[in-house]
Amino acid sequence: MGTESIQFHRDADRLTHDLRHRGLIQKALGGYYVKRDEQKAKYTDWQEARTSAAAAKYEAVNHLDKYLLELTEKLEARGTKVFWAADGAEAAEYISSVARNAGVKRIIKSKTMTGEEIHLGPALEKAGLEVVESDLGEFIVQLREEPPYHIVFPSMHLTRGEIDETFQKKLGSPHADTPEELTMIARGVMRQKYCQADMGMSGANFAVAETGHISITENEGNARLSTTLPKVLVSIVGIEKVIPKLEDLAVLLPMLATAGAGQNMTCYNTLLGGPRQPGETDGPTEFHVVLLDNKRTSLLADAEQRDALHCIRCGACLNVCPIFKNIGGHSYGTTYQGPIGSVITPHLRGLQSWKHLSFSSSLCGACHEACPVRIDLHHHLLQNRRNAIAEKSVWWEKPIFAGFAWFMRRPALYRLAAPMLRLGAPVLHAIRGKFFDPARMWTGTRDLPPAPPQSFKEYWRKRNG
Amino acid sequence: MKITLFIPCFIDQYYPGAGIGMVRILEKLGHAVEYPESQTCCGQPAFNSGYWDEARSVAETMLDAFRDAEVVVGVSGSCGAMLKVFYPELFHGHPREAEAKALAAKTHEFSSFLVNVLGVGDLGVSYPAKATFHDGCHGLREMGIKREPRELLKHVRGLELVEMKEAETCCGFGGTFSVKFPEISTAMGEVKCASILETGAELVISNDSSCLMQIQGILDRQGKKIRSMHLAEVLANF
Ligand code: SF4
Repeated sequence: MGTESIQFHRDADRLTHDLRHRGLIQKALGGYYVKRDEQKAKYTDWQEARTSAAAAKYEAVNHLDKYLLELTEKLEARGTKVFWAADGAEAAEYISSVARNAGVKRIIKSKTMTGEEIHLGPALEKAGLEVVESDLGEFIVQLREEPPYHIVFPSMHLTRGEIDETFQKKLGSPHADTPEELTMIARGVMRQKYCQADMGMSGANFAVAETGHISITENEGNARLSTTLPKVLVSIVGIEKVIPKLEDLAVLLPMLATAGAGQNMTCYNTLLGGPRQPGETDGPTEFHVVLLDNKRTSLLADAEQRDALHCIRCGACLNVCPIFKNIGGHSYGTTYQGPIGSVITPHLRGLQSWKHLSFSSSLCGACHEACPVRIDLHHHLLQNRRNAIAEKSVWWEKPIFAGFAWFMRRPALYRLAAPMLRLGAPVLHAIRGKFFDPARMWTGTRDLPPAPPQSFKEYWRKRNG
Repeated sequence: MKITLFIPCFIDQYYPGAGIGMVRILEKLGHAVEYPESQTCCGQPAFNSGYWDEARSVAETMLDAFRDAEVVVGVSGSCGAMLKVFYPELFHGHPREAEAKALAAKTHEFSSFLVNVLGVGDLGVSYPAKATFHDGCHGLREMGIKREPRELLKHVRGLELVEMKEAETCCGFGGTFSVKFPEISTAMGEVKCASILETGAELVISNDSSCLMQIQGILDRQGKKIRSMHLAEVLANF
């Protein structure tokens, strides 16, 4: 087992026993389910909406070459600088140089999972820049020096009390009881940072090729401030974020809001078209868009799983995933948690190191059912398993499955299984859960049913004399 | 109609009652049933573990066993989905792909076969109990079976069906997942059992015995007195 896998087993096992955590997440998501279903009911046909959202993304992902060039052309026509980054290092390097050239000292950042993916914040801090998160949830986990717990709700694992404690400790703020008071404390800190920041940084929910717009959707208004107040703006955009047409947003924005947070529409939807134009009085004077690959093209090359690039990072698959709900977001050890993380992380960061995530699933398919862009998530987990084993089988599993197949291909031999099971059952029962119990991975936490008096095959033989 | 039974290894070895129930019901409805004895396992454990070559070699035994069948009816949603949904994928590009597709097309899950093919709802049975129904994920999401078991249970005299919270949430079994990640699997099962207990039901019914093994295994370990039964056993109570 690799270190990633060992860490996953350790953290997941610990959290599954943490009933406080289980209750917290159930409660948080309980409210989400109700709101999501209310909003879904407002669609004339949610399934049709899924189909058209998937179609828009399909068109984009299958013609990325065309749409990325169109996007670039449109952005550049209004004075935006577009940089193509092959990986995180190139992106960080470029952004640092933009900061250096513009004399930037302080950066205010709105939420970007793509930025998290390439550890952009720490990389820029290393380059001597101050980076402050302006999204409330991100701000809280940044103060706690934790990674986001969930791609949409970064601090959903924390109680109000814990947030209060964090604020008191890290900001020296007075004790606060209500969400409003806590928000006011964060706002007090952030307002100052907005005014001081000389660079704003954002991610993108979508990038519209047709018109050259970066689309950002958020509930707090922080992204709008982060992208419009500072003189320099950088948006970091994964190449799969491009969509063909402006009108595609008509289906994608409400679906993102509904699937992601149970909202009709997210509160603020911003379209950034470029830097300040001649005659305009506000907005950034410099606008840079960093288009990031970081192995997305290898996912694109996989025809079976290419649709994973449709992902609009709504988090719906996490919210319905019974694995996520029991092990929590941090156990994954990845930027993208839950089913989508288990599918794409092996592509982005190495199949052998991250294959355990694809195995850690009951393949229930709730993720696929919830996904607004119809990504075949649970089947991709199966494909990752197949690919991982084809590349490198597990030394002790290979003979077991070879033996299994050998045995199951011999019906005459198989017929002996039932009497053997009956013979072995009392022994198994006596040693259940003990170290030398071959079934202890089951019996450690669950009982085994008693072996029945006859198998179906025996019943059938008897019946037909 | 001549119906060929698909009794997966799991049902054969651990839950023969479900298979026997299915035989009795189909015969009561006047159908001839046959059971090719050369069938063993559908290959799902190897398939789900990534060992597709091994899974395919087992699956070929099943292709042989069901070659001449007119319709194949299986008593497990999960193994049914293996034949119906995953065999075509497993045999994609393989010389026996057409056979796999043909088997997929003629395979049915038991409750869906009764309701959608035979058009049966009321089997005229009674089973006095307060019960709740757990949807096995493979039956539910791979084969779209949700209404059918409820349609059949609705007509069972004396049976009070109470829906549990999140009936569609996985019980955590997941085949080899349950022993590869026992802690996660058990936690999922505990959540499921809590929803079952909340209903106040004395009986939990499912169309998948593997889910019931997980659910009953946890309830027993917790010392709870709830029983579990396969849908076919409840419907064969005549
Ligand atoms: S995979 Fe689908 S459900 Fe999951 S985050 Fe992406 S778009 Fe949302």
